[in-house]
Amino acid sequence: MPIDAGYAGRAYPPTAPYLVGREHVRDFASAVGATHPSHRDPEAARQIGYADVVAPPTFAVVIAQAAEAQLIADPAAGIDFSRVVHAEERFTHHRPIVAGDEITTVLHVDSITERAGLAMVTTRCELVDGAGRPVSTVVSTLAVRGDGT
Amino acid sequence: MSGTPVEVGQVVGIRTVEVSRADLVHYAGASGDRNPIHWNERLAREVGLPGVIAHGMLTMGVAINVVVDWLGDPGRVLEYGVRFTRPVEVPDPGAALVTITATVGAVDAGTARVDLVVEAAGVKVLAKAQALVSLPTP
Repeated sequence: MPIDAGYAGRAYPPTAPYLVGREHVRDFASAVGATHPSHRDPEAARQIGYADVVAPPTFAVVIAQAAEAQLIADPAAGIDFSRVVHAEERFTHHRPIVAGDEITTVLHVDSITERAGLAMVTTRCELVDGAGRPVSTVVSTLAVRGDGT
Repeated sequence: MSGTPVEVGQVVGIRTVEVSRADLVHYAGASGDRNPIHWNERLAREVGLPGVIAHGMLTMGVAINVVVDWLGDPGRVLEYGVRFTRPVEVPDPGAALVTITATVGAVDAGTARVDLVVEAAGVKVLAKAQALVSLPTP
C-alpha cells in the first residue's frame, strides 16, 4: 500500500506526559557511552546548575520516537516499518532535559515526498515541559522504500 | 576548556569506539527502538541489509560524547543534526570500530559550530554531522 501523502501538514494532539526518570537517564547515557558525571551523579549535575541528572543530547529521540509512533504505527498512513531507513535527525535544544521533567509532545508531519519509489517522511516533534515551556524540537526524516525495490 | 580561546580548525577530540551486538541490544532497550534489523541477522538479510546494523541514533549518540566531554556540560549542545549515509555493520563475533573526529568549523559570539567526521570500516557513515554549542565565558 502506498504512503498516504495526505498526512503531510497534520498535527497530532499533545501526548500524555512522559516522565523522565533518573535511572532511565543513567541507562541511556550508559547505552551511548556518555561518561560525563552530570549524566549519573545528581550532585555533579547541581554543580553545573541543573536540578537533577542531565540527559545526553540525543535522549530526546526516546520521547520523539514514542510520539512518532502515532504516525508510523497508523495502518492508514501506509508506512511499512520493515522498509524504513532513518535518513536524517536534528535536535534543537531550548534547554537540556533533566530527570524529573514531565514532557508533553506534539507531533507534526512536516512533509511527505515521493520520488523513484522512495518516500521521504519528515516529522517534527515539539517537546514542552510541565509548565508548557519549550524544551526540544526534534526533526526526523525517514526514507521508506516502495514495493519491489 | 574554560579560559582557552576557541579557534576554527581546532580539533576538540578524536575517539575510536567499539560497537558490538551487545551494545545494540543495550541501546534497543534504553531507547525503546526494538527494530529487529538491529539484533536479528535473519530479518536484517530478509530486508536486503548485509547483516545486523547499528541504530543510526546509537552512532549519532556516541559521536557527540567527545563534544560534551570537551564542553564539560551536556547543556551546552544547543543544536545537533546528522544525515545517515551508510549503515554501520556490526559483526558477530567481534565489533564495529567507529572513529569520531570533532573539529571547530566556525566561531561566533559565544557559540561555535563543531563538525564531526564519523567513519566505520574506512567510510563516512554520517554526513553534515554538526553541533552548535555555547561556549563558556572566558
